[in-house]
Amino acid sequence: MLITAVFWIFATILVVSAALVVSARNPVHSVLFLILCFFNAAGLFLLAGAEFLALILVVVYVGAVAVLFLFVVMMLDVNFTQLREGVQRYAPVGATIGVVLLAELLMTFGGVRVAPSLATLHVAPIAAQTSNTEALGLVLYTHYVLAFQLSGLVLLVAMIGAIVLTLRDKPRARRQSIARQTTREVGDTLLMVDVRPGQTMAELGIFRPLTTLPQAPALDLIGPTPPVSADDATGRGDAA
Amino acid sequence: MTLLLGKYFPILVFMAIAIVLSAAFIGLSLLFAKQKPYAEKLSAYECGFEPFDDARRRFDVRFYLVAILFIIFDLEVAFLFPWAVSLWRIGAFGFFSMLGFLAVLTVGFVYEWRKGALDWE
Repeated sequence: MLITAVFWIFATILVVSAALVVSARNPVHSVLFLILCFFNAAGLFLLAGAEFLALILVVVYVGAVAVLFLFVVMMLDVNFTQLREGVQRYAPVGATIGVVLLAELLMTFGGVRVAPSLATLHVAPIAAQTSNTEALGLVLYTHYVLAFQLSGLVLLVAMIGAIVLTLRDKPRARRQSIARQTTREVGDTLLMVDVRPGQTMAELGIFRPLTTLPQAPALDLIGPTPPVSADDATGRGDAA
Repeated sequence: MTLLLGKYFPILVFMAIAIVLSAAFIGLSLLFAKQKPYAEKLSAYECGFEPFDDARRRFDVRFYLVAILFIIFDLEVAFLFPWAVSLWRIGAFGFFSMLGFLAVLTVGFVYEWRKGALDWE
């Protein structure tokens, strides 16, 4: 009873938000409705007993894929009013796919069975008293080890492909070197000078282009090396 | 099914409370607050300036690279969950098959590390 009610709530929100994904004027809103769709689909998975799929849907699709979609939507320099002009042109394709899906649904509900024995064909039947996740783990890493390793290779290809396509090496770019940052001593950057009252910079031997100071080590950890000013010399400020 | 519902019933209750509360906040402010909408309230505010131009512009593709690398390692972690749950029953073969999978992805990880894809400048 409660399950039926929850199912209808999830399903209604899912269908409504899916319609809004397509019809929303602002693509960012579309992506946000897509996230709502994912959440509701996860709820439906839970009701169907597929806990692992439900939670992975939330983790992977909501957590990563939707963020990527948002990136694409916000990153691409597209004119959205121009984009919507294609709706008329692509409507027949979308309608065809929709009709095919509708026909499949009607066939399912109409009791058409293409392969009646399919329901009894379990390659890896789930034993009683095993959770969803565990049942998956029992076969994925042993029976389906080839598919599993291949999926690892696919992920490797995706990783390397993304790097090859998008990484442009800029040799002159300033990079953060954490090791150098943490091994830096105070004395490397800071010079303590006793200043008598009334003493000028020239008397101290500090000029703005550093000429008379002992050679300071080259510092390009954070920014250009700040010239040792009077502030630094009196120990008041070491911005770095 | 009843078992499943029992496990997830608290989440359902949380969701119901969240929906009721958020509906109450919005609904009450619609009912009782003074509504004076005008165009300036909707205009973009940019530290006192008029907005210079559209916010939709190209930005560095490396943000995208970070997102893709994140997805890949997210998927890797997704494979780890069933493995961890069923490790006590799949034996040494299952253990080493996961280690092989991780080794393949570690190759990619070392590649991206050496390549500087994780560095920010």
